[in-house]
Amino acid sequence: MIELWVIITGLLVGITCGMAGVFLILRKMSMIADAISHTVLFGIVMAFIITQTLNGFWMLLGAAVAGILTAYLVQLLHSSGIQQDAAIGVVFTTLFAAGVLLITLFASHVHLDVEHILMGEIAFVPWDKWTFFAITMPKAVWILLLVLLINIGFLLLFFKEMKLATFDSLYAASIGVPILFLHYGFMTSISFTTVAAFDSVGAILVVAMLIGPAATANLISKSIKQMFLFSMLYGGAAAIIGYYLAKFWDTSIAGMMATAVGLLFIMTLCAQKFMDYKRKALVSKLEGV
Amino acid sequence: MLTGNLLWVLMGTMLLGIAAGITGTFSFLQKQSLVGDAAAHAALPGIALAFLLTGQKDLPILMLGAGITSALSVYCIQWIVSFSKMKADAAIGLVLTVFFGVGVVFLTVVNHSPLGNQSGLNNFIFGKAATMTKADLTWLFLSATIIIIVSLLFYKEWKLLIFDPMYAKGIGLPIEALKATLTVLIVMTIVTGIQSVGVILMSALLIIPAVSAKLWTRKLSSMLVVSAVIGGVSGIVGTFISSTRTGLSTGPLIVLVAAAIFFLSYLFSPAGQMYKYFRKKQFRKQGEVG
Amino acid sequence: MNALTVENLSVAYDKKTVLENANVTVPSGRLTAIIGPNGAGKSTFLKAILNQLPNKVGKVEILGKLFDPKSLVVGYVPQRNAVDWDFPTNALDIVLMGRYGHTGLFKRPSKQDKLLAKQALESVGMQDFAQRSIGQLSGGQQQRVFLARALAQNANIYFLDEPFAGVDAATEKTIIDILKSLREQGKSIFVVHHDLQTVKEYFDYTILLNKTILASGATEEVFTPEQLQKTYGGKLFMMQDMLGANSLC
Repeated sequence: MIELWVIITGLLVGITCGMAGVFLILRKMSMIADAISHTVLFGIVMAFIITQTLNGFWMLLGAAVAGILTAYLVQLLHSSGIQQDAAIGVVFTTLFAAGVLLITLFASHVHLDVEHILMGEIAFVPWDKWTFFAITMPKAVWILLLVLLINIGFLLLFFKEMKLATFDSLYAASIGVPILFLHYGFMTSISFTTVAAFDSVGAILVVAMLIGPAATANLISKSIKQMFLFSMLYGGAAAIIGYYLAKFWDTSIAGMMATAVGLLFIMTLCAQKFMDYKRKALVSKLEGV
Repeated sequence: MLTGNLLWVLMGTMLLGIAAGITGTFSFLQKQSLVGDAAAHAALPGIALAFLLTGQKDLPILMLGAGITSALSVYCIQWIVSFSKMKADAAIGLVLTVFFGVGVVFLTVVNHSPLGNQSGLNNFIFGKAATMTKADLTWLFLSATIIIIVSLLFYKEWKLLIFDPMYAKGIGLPIEALKATLTVLIVMTIVTGIQSVGVILMSALLIIPAVSAKLWTRKLSSMLVVSAVIGGVSGIVGTFISSTRTGLSTGPLIVLVAAAIFFLSYLFSPAGQMYKYFRKKQFRKQGEVG
Repeated sequence: MNALTVENLSVAYDKKTVLENANVTVPSGRLTAIIGPNGAGKSTFLKAILNQLPNKVGKVEILGKLFDPKSLVVGYVPQRNAVDWDFPTNALDIVLMGRYGHTGLFKRPSKQDKLLAKQALESVGMQDFAQRSIGQLSGGQQQRVFLARALAQNANIYFLDEPFAGVDAATEKTIIDILKSLREQGKSIFVVHHDLQTVKEYFDYTILLNKTILASGATEEVFTPEQLQKTYGGKLFMMQDMLGANSLC
C-alpha cells in the first residue's frame, strides 16, 4: 500500500503538471515556471518568519504568494524594457538567494531543509495523512487532487479565451478578451500547481514535469486537445518509469522521474525523426518511379 | 579580522565576479542568459559522475566533469532548437531539469555509497567559499585570469559576432568557432564559480551584473567594464559579509549584493525608472497642452 | 457618420516619441490606405487606435464612439508574423476564433458559429484547407485564414496590418476583391500598405503618415508627387527609381 501511494502521488504530479504545462509551453513561459519553482523557497521562509510555525497551510499560502510575486516582478521588469530571459534570471536568483539567506539567519534551528524543498522526498509521502469525509489519504494526494480540480475548472471556464489569447493576444484584446486577467489567472494556477507538487516531489521535479511532457507532446500534436492528452500521458508515464528505475538502482525517486522525462523526450524525438526519414525516403522512391 | 586566508578568498571571489561580469555580458547580449542557468545546473551530474568514476574529490577532476556535462547541456539545447520545432525556452527548461535530475540521481548514489561519506559534494549546490583551500584558490585564480585574458583577446571578434553575424561571416570570420569559444568560456566561468557560489546561483553572477550594466550604458566596451566592476564588487562585498558570521553561505550573499546594485541601477540609472517617470509626466503635460 | 476620428494623438515608447499630434477624419464606406516609410509609426497608429498602448494621449473615435472592444465593431487583422504558426491547431479553428466575441465567456461555439466560420473560409477560397494544420499553410494561405477570421467576426470597420506582405499574387487579388466587396456593403476598411504602385488601383482614400498625419483625403487628391516627397523625404529618390524601373516593364 505504501508503494502504491508513492506511485499515485507521482502519477498525480505527472498528470497535473502535464496538464498545466500545455499552455505554459504554448505561451513560451517555461522558464517562468522554473523561476517560480525556485522562489517558492522564499515564500515558505517568509511564512515561517511571520507566523513562527511550520503549519502547512501558511507555508502553502506563502509559496503561492511568492509564485505570483515572481510572475508579477518578471512582468514589471520586462515591461520596463529588460529582456524577458534576463528579467526571469534576475528575479528568481535574487528571491532564491534571499530565501537561502533568511533560512540561515532566522530558521536554522527548525527543520526547513533547502535540499528537501529542491529535491523533495516522495518516499515520505505515505506517512503524512489527512482524513476528510471519512477518507484517509496522504496529505500530498489530497492537495494534488484539489489543484488538479482547480486546473480543470480554470480550463473549462477559459479554454477558448486562453487559446485565443495565447495564439494571438493582439486580436484577442481587440475583441475584448481580458488578456491581463488571463495571464495572471494562469500564473496563479501555475503557482498553485508548483506549490502543491514541490512539497512531495521537490521543486526541480515539478519544473521537469511542467515543461518536459508538454514540450514533448507539442512535437507530435496536431491540436491542443491532443496535446493535453499526450502531455498528461507522458507525465504519468514518466512518473511510473522513474519510480521503478529509482527503486531498481536505490536512488532519488524525484531525480529519476526527471530523468525519465528526458528519456521519453529523446525516444519521441528519435521516433519522429525516423518517421520523417522514412516518409522522405518513400517520397523520393515514388518520385524515382 | 582580515586574516591572510580571507584576503585570498576575497581576491578569488572578486576575480570570479569580474570574469562572470565579462562573459555574462556577452551571453546576455546573445540573449542566452538562461542558457547559462541551464549550463550551471548541468554541472551537477558532471561533478557527481567524476567522483563516482574516479573515487577522488580533487578539484581539477570534478571541474573537468562539471565542464563536460555543462558544455554538453549547451550543445543539447542548440541541437534541440535546430532539429525540432521546440522553442528555445522549452528546450532550456527541459535540458536544465533533466540534467539536474540526473545529477540528483548520481549524487544520491554517491551519498549511499561507502565512498560517499558525505563527500562534500552537496556543497556544490550552494557553494562554500569560506572553506576553500589554498589549492582550490589556485585553480580559481588561474582559470579566472585565463577567462579575463581570453575575453579581451576575442573582444573585437565577439563584438562583431553579436551585433552583425552576417557581416562577420561576410568578412571571413569563423563564426561557428567563435561561438564555440564563447560557449567554452562561459562554461569555464560556471565551473570556476560553482565551488564558491554553487550551481543554482552561479547563473545570477552571469546575468545580474550584465543586466545592470546595460541600464547604465549602450556601448559594449563600457558595458563590459561596468559589468566587471559590479561583478567584482559583489564578489568582495558578499564574501566579506559572509565572513563576519559563521554559517552564512557565500553564494546567496554575493547574489544579494549584486541584486542590490541592480535595484539601484533600475531606479536611478539613465535608463531607469525615475528618469522614465519624469519623462512620462512631461509627455502627458505636452499632450494636454497640444 | 465618420468611420474614424483621431484628435491630437501622440504615442511615446521608452525615450522616443513615435507619433506626435496626429489628426485625421475618415468618412464611412471607404477603402483607405495608410502609407509611409519604414519606422513612420504605421503599426503604432493602428495599435493606438485599438487602445493597445499604455503611453498614449489624445482622442480616438470609431463610428462616433470611443473604442470598446466588446462592441465587436472592429475587425483587426494583425501582421502575419505577429503570431506563432507552429501553434497546434487547424485553419478552421483559427477562423472560429473570429466568433469568440459573439459566443461569449464560458460558452462553446455553436453550430451556427461553425457554419459562419466555414462560410468565411469559403469566401477566401480556403474551404479545402479547413482541417489543415496552420503550420503547413503557405504565407498567402495563412493571410487568407487571418482575413477569414475577421470576416467571421462580421465587424463594421476593418483594420489590416500589411496584409499583402509576402503573399502570392493570387492571394493579393483574392484579398483586395474581398475588401472591395466589403466596401460595397458600406463597411470601412483601413489597410497599412507598402506597395506604392497599387495604391491608386486599390484604394479610394489615403492617409500619409510619418511620425504624424501629413495628409489625408481621396487618393487622387492626396497621392501626388509633392505629398509623397513630404512623406518619404530623401527616400523618395529611391522610390522614384523603383517606380521608373517598374514602369519600363
